[in-house]
Amino acid sequence: MTTMKQTNPELAQIEVSGMTRSSFLVRSALTAGAVYGTAAVGPFVSGAFAQGGGGDLDILNFALTLEYLEQAFYAKGVRTVSGLSADTKKLAKQLRDDETAHVDALTKAIKGAGGKPVTAPQVDFGKAYKSEKAFLKLAQTFEDTGVSAYNGAGPAISSPDILAAAGSIVQIEGRHAALIRLANGVTPAPDAFDKPLDMAAVLKAVKPFIKG
Amino acid sequence: MDMTESNPSAEPGSALAELRDDPSSRKRFLRMAGTGVAGSLAVMLAACGSDKSTSSSTTNTGSPPATSTPSASADASGDLKILNYALTLEYLEADFYQQVIDSGIVKDKMVAELAKSFGDAEQAHVDALTKTIQSLGGTPAVKPKTKFQPVLDKGLKTVLETAATVENLGAAAYLGQAPKIKNKEILAAALSIHTVEARHAAGLNMLVGRGFKGKSALEGSIPDGPFGSPMQMDAVLAAVKPYIA
Repeated sequence: MTTMKQTNPELAQIEVSGMTRSSFLVRSALTAGAVYGTAAVGPFVSGAFAQGGGGDLDILNFALTLEYLEQAFYAKGVRTVSGLSADTKKLAKQLRDDETAHVDALTKAIKGAGGKPVTAPQVDFGKAYKSEKAFLKLAQTFEDTGVSAYNGAGPAISSPDILAAAGSIVQIEGRHAALIRLANGVTPAPDAFDKPLDMAAVLKAVKPFIKG
Repeated sequence: MDMTESNPSAEPGSALAELRDDPSSRKRFLRMAGTGVAGSLAVMLAACGSDKSTSSSTTNTGSPPATSTPSASADASGDLKILNYALTLEYLEADFYQQVIDSGIVKDKMVAELAKSFGDAEQAHVDALTKTIQSLGGTPAVKPKTKFQPVLDKGLKTVLETAATVENLGAAAYLGQAPKIKNKEILAAALSIHTVEARHAAGLNMLVGRGFKGKSALEGSIPDGPFGSPMQMDAVLAAVKPYIA
C-alpha cells in the first residue's frame, strides 16, 4: 500500500483490519455478485477488481506508461509508416496530440500527489509500421486495451478527483477506439459493456511493444 | 462493416460461480448484505478479519472506521438515485433507436446495422440497471413517455444528429456521476457503460460529419479535445427535456 492519504473511510478501515485493498474489492465484488445475480455484475467482476495492492499513484503511473506507449506509437507512426492515407494521417496526428496531453496531465497529477512519474518506456512496434493496415490494426488494439485498462483500474482509485480525471481521459480513449475502428471498417462499439481488464492482463497485451 | 464482431461476456470468476452454486455460502453472503450493499461492505470486513487476524497490521491511518449505518444507507440511496437517473437516460436512448428503426427512415444498410447495434446496447444497459436497482431494494424508474416524432419528421440528418447529441449527453452524464458513486461494483458497471456511450457518440458524430472538434461540448467526435467534459444531472435533464412527453 502506498502512504497516500486515504480519503475513503471504507478503504482506511481495510488497513486497520490488515486486508489489502485488492482483496477487499474482490471480496466485495463477489458479495455483490451473490446479491445482484451474475447477469447484473458478471461482466465486471472478473476484470475490474484484480488490481495489485498499489494506490492511486501506482494506478496513475500505470496509466502514464500506457499513454507514453500510445503517444510514441502515433508520433513515430506518422513519421515512419509509408503510404498513410490523408484521413489516417489526420486521425493519427489528432490522436498523437491527445495522448501527449494525457501524458502531460498524468505527469502533473503524479507530481501533484507527491509521486515520481515513470519515464517513457523504450518501444518497438515492429511490423505494425509496415503498412497502413497493420498500423490501424495495432492502433485498435491499443485504444481498446486503453479503455479496458482505465475501466479496470477505475474502481480501485480512492481519490474522487483522480477518478474524475481518469474518467475524462478514458472517455477520449473510448472515442479514439471508435474512430480507429471505423477506419478499420468494423463496429465502433463491439459490446454493450466495455470489458474491464486488470493490470496483469493489460501489461501482457502491451509487453510485446516495450523493450527491456 | 462487420457488425457481428463481439467479445464473449466475461466468465464469472470461479469463486463467484462457487457462491452461486453453493446455497449455504450464498445464504451467508445474502444475509451479510441484508443491511444494503454499502452496509454489507463493513460486515464483510468484520467477517474477513477473523481469518486474517494473525497478519493484522496495527497501522492506524487516522481515519475513524466506517461503522455508522446511516452513512451507509445514505451512500446506497445516493447510488440508487444515480442508477435511476442513468436508467431514465438509457430508456430514452433505447426508445429513440427503436422508433428510428420502426420508422424505416434509415435505408442505408450500414447505418441501419449501426442503429440496431447501438439500440441493442442501450436496451442491455436498461436491463442491467433495472436488475441492479431491484437488487439494491430500490424501485426502478418507469420508462419515460418520449416525444421523438418531431425529430423523425425532420428526416435522416436530424435523426442522426439527435442520436449523436443524445449519446454525447449520455457520456457526459456518466462522467459527471462516476466520482459520486460510492459502491465499487456499481462504479465498475457505470464505467463499462460510460465508454460505450462515448464510442457511440464518436461514431455518430463522425457519421454526421462533425469531424474531430465541434463547436460545443456535444459536437465533434472528440468534442472537448483530449479530455471529456462531465455534465451534471440538472444540465443533462434540461437538455433531454424536449424529448420527454
